[in-house]
Amino acid sequence: MVDSSIDLMESNEILKKYPPEKRFTLAILQDVQKQYGYVPRETMNLIAEYLSQPVSEIYSMATFYKALSLKAKGKYIIKVCNGTACHIRGSNALMDEVAEVLDIIPGETTSDGLFSIEIVNCLGACALAPVMVIDDKYYGGMTKEKVKSVIEEYRRAK
Amino acid sequence: MSSEKRKILVCCGTGCLANNSYNVYTKFLDRLKNTSIDVVPSVKSTGCNGLCEKGPVVKILPDEISYFKVKESDVDEIVEKNILNGEVVDRLLYFDTNEKKRIVSHKDASFYKHQNKIALRNIGEIDPQSIEDYKERGGYMALEKVLFSMTPEQIIKEIESSGLRGRGGAGFPTGNKWRTCFQFENNPKYVVCNGDEGDPGAFMDRSVMEGDPNTVIEGMIICAFAINSNRGFLYIRDEYQLARKNMQLAIESAMAHGYLGKNIMGSGFDFDLEIVRGGGAFVCGESSALMASIEGSVGEPRAKYIRSVEKGLWDQPTVLNNVETWANVPPIILNGADWFRNLGTEKNSGTKVFSLVGKVKNTGLVEIPMGTTLRELVFDIGGGIIKDRPFKAVQTGGPSGGCIPKEHLDVSMDFDSLNNIGSMMGSGGVIVMDDTTCMVELARYYMEFLAEESCGKCTTCREGISTMVKILNNITNGNGKMEDLDLLESLSGTIKDASLCGLGKTAPNPVMTTLKYFRDEYIDHIVNKKCSAGVCKNLTSYSIDKDTCIGCGLCAKKCPTGAISGTLKSPHEISHDTCIKCGTCFSVCPSGAVVIGGAANEN
Ligand SMILES: Cc1cc2nc3c(=O)[nH]c(=O)nc-3n(C[C@H](O)[C@H](O)[C@H](O)COP(=O)(O)O)c2cc1C
Ligand code: SF4
Ligand code: SF4
Ligand code: FES
Ligand code: FES
Repeated sequence: MVDSSIDLMESNEILKKYPPEKRFTLAILQDVQKQYGYVPRETMNLIAEYLSQPVSEIYSMATFYKALSLKAKGKYIIKVCNGTACHIRGSNALMDEVAEVLDIIPGETTSDGLFSIEIVNCLGACALAPVMVIDDKYYGGMTKEKVKSVIEEYRRAK
Repeated sequence: MSSEKRKILVCCGTGCLANNSYNVYTKFLDRLKNTSIDVVPSVKSTGCNGLCEKGPVVKILPDEISYFKVKESDVDEIVEKNILNGEVVDRLLYFDTNEKKRIVSHKDASFYKHQNKIALRNIGEIDPQSIEDYKERGGYMALEKVLFSMTPEQIIKEIESSGLRGRGGAGFPTGNKWRTCFQFENNPKYVVCNGDEGDPGAFMDRSVMEGDPNTVIEGMIICAFAINSNRGFLYIRDEYQLARKNMQLAIESAMAHGYLGKNIMGSGFDFDLEIVRGGGAFVCGESSALMASIEGSVGEPRAKYIRSVEKGLWDQPTVLNNVETWANVPPIILNGADWFRNLGTEKNSGTKVFSLVGKVKNTGLVEIPMGTTLRELVFDIGGGIIKDRPFKAVQTGGPSGGCIPKEHLDVSMDFDSLNNIGSMMGSGGVIVMDDTTCMVELARYYMEFLAEESCGKCTTCREGISTMVKILNNITNGNGKMEDLDLLESLSGTIKDASLCGLGKTAPNPVMTTLKYFRDEYIDHIVNKKCSAGVCKNLTSYSIDKDTCIGCGLCAKKCPTGAISGTLKSPHEISHDTCIKCGTCFSVCPSGAVVIGGAANEN
């Protein structure tokens, strides 16, 4: 399956930044993930060729590391923390509310491609538990009640 | 007013940034531009002050005045009253819940006054992006000392005699590790920093990397010089964007100042350092998995009989230490091993940083001498439990650790004492739990975490943990049987014995310790179908005690499904058919009239 929206030019630009050494595999994949919002199949072939690695090796990296995904993600990724500090301060209720407001379950993307939900283990801001992060912006001391208005802000900004 | 130039320090650690501290910082800069004052104070953004929950934190030096929860709109008042007229803005001072009064300098607050900062010594005092700030507080003096007046043998001896033990979890003696690596002669050798910080609920490494990146770099160069390595790596967790940024800037300025790169400070010693971004896998915090990840492979651990000091990165001799361990190195070199040994206990010298989180009043980062008791940590420093509810337990050591019940509140917080009671230090996460935390559900939570994070290489770890999750799910859903408890115990034994790496070997700890200390809670779930914490929804029902209810109506107003009825000033009632067990009534009731019962259908 060839995804016509993929511009491989950009992948080539990414590759150019790194010498062709195996140790840069993860870094390259991270950049690709950032560029496209996921790791497209075609780029894995390119990377494998560039690093002289079997595609299967690149594929197993892409499935092993949580920072990488094989499916496209939304424009805004809502990371809801379920680390221990957040868990015992009620992150479950927060996760349910986000899922309900967006009408998708964690791991999915809304049909307009705007939002994805991810459940993560600790965002390192445990003192503010429960915490959620959208595009590197932290929301601490979150409550169910605040979820709707936070999401609305992003909807309006598009 | 003091003649020393005033400084305004605005905390811009992750916690405070989440509360808009950057805007507070820029507002100060703007506001001071338009002020006619002889000596304009300097405004700095700093790393985390530890009390993030009360952030943004603003400190005025040399006056030693600390303000909490500062908003952009408070900046004018601080400048007018404090900076121009030397008056303290009372309403923004810290309110000490132990002493029941407002405190001018944070140093006198219960949260801070028991602390003794070594690893965190500079954080909150300096601009992490300024190498000058670091140098002003003695930075890179330890490096100069080792390069020009110490032999590798002397450096290693100093670290050995300090008794420093690794802060990343296992508490392995750092000096030993360095000596072993020093003795291997096959070059190249590598120095690696473990900044993966996977333990959920712990954020000390993040704070150090964000707030004082140079101390980590300095510690690593000192080790490199001692063991004769010319290349190092910093493996930093995927989520830690600000940490990576500040570390990168610090590496660049250390290069520019001649502390990294070729011919460091003219000594002829070379050392290069680069950052590797993690991929978001908990198991990559384990030493051999971390190294596999740096090499560009899937992060799977390997058997422990091959030690990474001998065959680490690319099978070469490697020293791996945790972020906090590195941060302790420069002060030990500067102040000497004896100074360090004088702190803490005999076998656990120095201090440890704990992240005190959960149901405790003062949540945040705390650095205390080892040997401080858990009680002091939770009650004196932490201010006790939120809403003064009963203390139930703490979990230390993250998912591989164990819970500690109130019988052990006087345990000394050090590696050995925590091991002795079935928990462990881990990276220093201390999760405080009250009577509304269900211990069975907590065990279930940790096992689910570990099931997801197991790399899958060992069958016992992969299958064993998932089976435990299934059993625990049954118990928390109300389908548990008494035999399940024996099954959990026997599975625990198998997983512990037959798994390869620390993840599997320690995975059963949360279940074993909760079974040991809170067996009654398991039985309550299985036999009485009751979760007394009100967490397991199938085993919870809420009702209102007629005699205690004052009829204020608050619960009825807040209930999302309108399940509560009653007239003002008379006892209210909950309809079990409409109640979705969200627990809102329980948390809002001012008189404690809402009581938790077992599964509703049993009533
Ligand atoms: C599953 C697992 C996860 C670990 N995660 C971390 C971690 O996130 N950070 C860390 O410093 N050490 C972690 N460790 C411990 C490391 O393997 C290693 O002991 C440590 O980094 C050595 O440094 P130290 O001696 O300075 O503590 C982990 C160990 C295991 C088994
Ligand atoms: S114990 Fe678990 S995490 Fe560790 S190597 Fe085995 S399967 Fe992987
Ligand atoms: S909130 Fe408490 S006191 Fe008030 S009506 Fe409800 S149960 Fe009664
Ligand atoms: S547990 Fe949620 S931020 Fe750490
Ligand atoms: S980030 Fe400011 S106190 Fe922690």
